[in-house]
Formats: sequence, structure tokens, C-alpha cells
Amino acid sequence: MRHYFTILSHEIRALLYNPSTYIAAVLFLLVMGFIFVGILGDYSKAAQETPPAARFFEAFFVPVFFMVPLLTMKCFAEERRLGTLETLLTTPVSTAEVVLGKFTAAYLFYMLLWGSTLGFHYILHLYAQDIRYLDSGPLIGGYLFIAVSGLLFISIGVLASAVTRSQAVAGILSFTILLGLIGGLSYVSELNALNQGAFLPVKSALETLRIPSHVDDFTHGIVDTRQVFFYLTGSILALIFSILGVEAKILNS
Amino acid sequence: MADIPDITIEVTNLVKSYGALTAVNNLSFTVKRGEIVGLLGPNGAGKSTTMRILTGYLPANSGSVRICGLPVASHPEATKRHVGYMPENNPLPEDMRVSEYLWFRGRLKEMPRAKLRARIDEVLELCDLKRNRHRILGRLSKGNKQRVGIAEAILAEPAVIIMDEPTIGLDPHQILIVRNLIANLRGRMSVIISSHILPEIEETCDRVLIINGGRIVAQGSPADLRHEIFGHTTYHAEIAGDPAGLAALLPDIEPTLRIVTQEPAAPDGFHAVTLMTDLQADLGEKILQSLPAAGYRVRALGRTQPSLEDVFLAATRRSWDARLPDKKELQGDSRAPLPKV
Repeated sequence: MRHYFTILSHEIRALLYNPSTYIAAVLFLLVMGFIFVGILGDYSKAAQETPPAARFFEAFFVPVFFMVPLLTMKCFAEERRLGTLETLLTTPVSTAEVVLGKFTAAYLFYMLLWGSTLGFHYILHLYAQDIRYLDSGPLIGGYLFIAVSGLLFISIGVLASAVTRSQAVAGILSFTILLGLIGGLSYVSELNALNQGAFLPVKSALETLRIPSHVDDFTHGIVDTRQVFFYLTGSILALIFSILGVEAKILNS
Repeated sequence: MADIPDITIEVTNLVKSYGALTAVNNLSFTVKRGEIVGLLGPNGAGKSTTMRILTGYLPANSGSVRICGLPVASHPEATKRHVGYMPENNPLPEDMRVSEYLWFRGRLKEMPRAKLRARIDEVLELCDLKRNRHRILGRLSKGNKQRVGIAEAILAEPAVIIMDEPTIGLDPHQILIVRNLIANLRGRMSVIISSHILPEIEETCDRVLIINGGRIVAQGSPADLRHEIFGHTTYHAEIAGDPAGLAALLPDIEPTLRIVTQEPAAPDGFHAVTLMTDLQADLGEKILQSLPAAGYRVRALGRTQPSLEDVFLAATRRSWDARLPDKKELQGDSRAPLPKV
């Protein structure tokens, strides 16, 4: 497993010297900043029931939709196109180490981006001079949700990149899968077709998997281990498929 | 490296097919330690596929490949430790610097840090990259990129080095440098090169394998191949004297010596003749002694051998015209036959 750390440190170094990392970070903060300011605008008009932190996390899908595909689409697709995946896989590393190394680097970058939004809450606290704005409950719950769900989303991005040569296809594929996961499960669980007796367990399962409802739970301090389990097993499954996908593409080239 | 066995590469009955197309069809060969072997073949003959299977990147359909005694299929990581590989077109990441890239590759190949630092300096010196060690790979010229590729392949001092078309696209100076680099590896590491540049292969390789349609159609040292395919040596001479009597004189010098062409006499009396013999040994001295003794004046004598290009063209054409003697059934179709030249 020692090659995992070599690959991880190489990927992180690549992130650090690449200017696109910093451009992406600035644009991300710009977008999230606007969203936060928009939320605060509502607060200035009328008093709200939920703390601003909780409202902030309800908009989690915005960065997931536009950042995760962009972070992960070049993982394997670019290396395949350049040909460097061949040189990588002819060293004594295993495919699993490569996939896990790239996944970890993308995940750390994703967490770093979200971590930098802590600054928003701190700035709010500084200017509002009100301790209620730095309410630790929703903040901890919200960032925990981001950390756990990030595992799943980034692993889906890596999977999409592992199965294609083209970065564009990888990006669109991961966007579509994420859209289906976040928006689609709610839609599917409400289909009338599932109202029949035989499908009721499926319907209840899908209802518990509705990701936007997870956000509410986490920010209200409810850490449901079933939901955490869903994200963990989902990400493990996606990573296993990524490893198999990389090897399958070589087998069938 | 620790104990390297005498036979570093052993390929037995290798078969690889992509769907209905059989790219490698029952290939078998061995490579000894310290040998430089050239893989020649037309495009699409299966050279790159064979090399990829040797490095453990592609799995084969059947057959076995052993690197330093270990089968590649069942011991992928152990065998990859013994292999240094430079693929066709030498893919390199664009954003890294030369020394960073070599460090990364060295760590991937499990070299300890202290040893790696020293080895990188050594390899940069060997490949004349010291001036370029901090340059970004994407900005290097093609010749420098090839040198980085070779530096990376020899970095961990593997027992086997596999290079797919190492001199493609280089100018004559750079080709010479690369050729010397490869020749320096002889005796220590086994090297397999594939190339289209036939004079290259002739100069650097101890042994040549000519592959066509996924099968080996000829193998041996360049000299052996010339003899096997053509089986004769040609001498050009410029002589003055009786043209008619020459034919009678030749069998006395050597039984299989015969005239191939004879030019008409030039005004100064000399005419050029081409003689051919089946004998491998050099007849130059005998000819130079017997012709003047028989009354001919000799102005020039040269020995020409068929070049590797002639061998290549003949060998690869041979398998289109006639199936190999063992008449093995092809599994699947080989490439569609080219039009007969």
C-alpha cells in the first residue's frame, strides 16, 4: 500500500502547482459567497426560524453539481488520452492504489473548498456581534454531512472518469448521475407506480434515501447512522467499480 | 539488482486477439541477460501488443511470459519491478519538471529516497539532461523528451528494458546519442527495442526478431539473417581482361562463385562485374590473388551484403506469399493480406 502515499502526494503536489486549482477555488468561493449573501438578505427582511447555517447547507447541491464533475473528470480520462496511464500501470502499483490515491486527493480538495466557507460564518459572527450566528450545532452537523456525502459524490465522479477516454463525457456522466441521485430519488419515490403493495418496501427505502432530507436531519443535529451507512457503502461500491472499470477498459481496448 | 537469471525473458506460445483479429499468434522467443534484441515488423504486426504483454499492462489470451523466471500473469507486481518501459510516443505529463518526474517514477518503483537522489543525478548525467533538470516536460524538445523517457526507463536499473520505437522523430544527432545510450546498456540489462529504422537495429542489436502478422518470420543476428534469407554474398569488381574467360576461371577460386552481371568494357578497358557466392567467408583475398594470376588487372573489389532492409522486405513478403512450413491453423483471422508487391 506504500505506493498509495506516493500517488497521493504526487496528486496533491499537482493540485498545488496547477493554477486551475486556485482559479476553481476563487470561483467556488464567489458563488458560495453570493448564495450566503442572498440567504442573509432574507434574514434582514424578516426573522426566520432556522439559523443561517442550516439554510446555507440546503444549497449544498450547487457546488456538488458544478464542482465535483470538474474536480474529478480529469482523473483518469486525461491520463488515458495522454497515454500516461499506461506508464503508470506498468510500475509495481496496483490499480486499487491508483484509484484510491486519486480519489483521496480529489476528496481532500473538495473538503478544503468547503472548509474555506467556514470563513463566511466567522465573518457573519464578527459583524453581527451576536453569538447566535456561530451556532455550533448546525455548523458541525452541516459540515459533517458535507464530509460524509462528499465521499459518495467524489467517488461517483472518479467512477465516471474511470470508464471513459473523454473528459467531457466523464464530466457529463458524473453530473447526470449526481443529478439522478440528488434530485431523482425524490422524484422516483413519489411515483404512483410504487404505491402497490409489493413495492411499498422499495418506496419506503427510497424515501429514506432522499438526500435533501438528509441535509435537514444533519443540520438539526440528527446523525442517522443509516444515512451515514448509505454514503459509506455507496462510495465503496463506486470505488470498486472504478477499479474494475480501469482494468476492464484495458482488457477490452 | 540482485541475482538476475541468465534467461530474463521467456515467451511461450503467446496469443492475443482483439475480438476476431489475432494480433499475436503463437509467438515464442527468449532473451538472455545483457542481450539487445530488436523487434522488426511492418505496422500492425503485433510488436506493440507483444511489448505491452511483456510489461504486464495487457493480459494475453493464452501462452506464458516469464520475466526473470516469474510468470507475468500471476506475479504482476514482482515482474513489473524488473521491467523499465518506454511506450510508443513516449507519453509524459506536461506539467512536471524533469527532476520531479524522475523522483515520482523512482518512488513508484520502490527506490529508497537516499539512493534515488544519487541515482537521478547519475541518470541525468548519463542522458545529458543536467542542463534541463528544472525544465517543465511540456516545454522540452522532442529529443529531450525521448531522453527523459529513456532516463526514466533505466532509473531503477531493471533487468529488462523495453522500448517501443525509441528513436522515432529524432534528428541524426539525437539518434546517435540514443543509440550510444542503448549500446551502453549491453551486458548489464536485457533490452528489447522495436523500430522501423533498420540501420539503427542493425547497428545496435545483437539479435533481431522479424514479426509479421503476429508471428515470427525470421530471427537471428543480422549476419545470420542475411545469410538465411539471401544465402549469398556479392562481390563487385572492376577488372580489365578477357570477359569471356572469366566464367571458366571462377569455379577454380570457389565452386559456387558465379557471374551475375557483366558490364561492357569502358574505353579504358575496365569493366564492372558482379559475382555471387554461397560462401559466407570472405573471398576477397583469394579473388585478389587468382585474378591477376590469370592475367586480369583488378582495379577495385568490394563486398556487398544485403542490408537488413532487404532482409526485412524479403522476410515480410515471404509470409504473405507462402504460409509458414508448419502450416498451423490460425486462430481467427490475421490481418488481411496486403497486395502482392
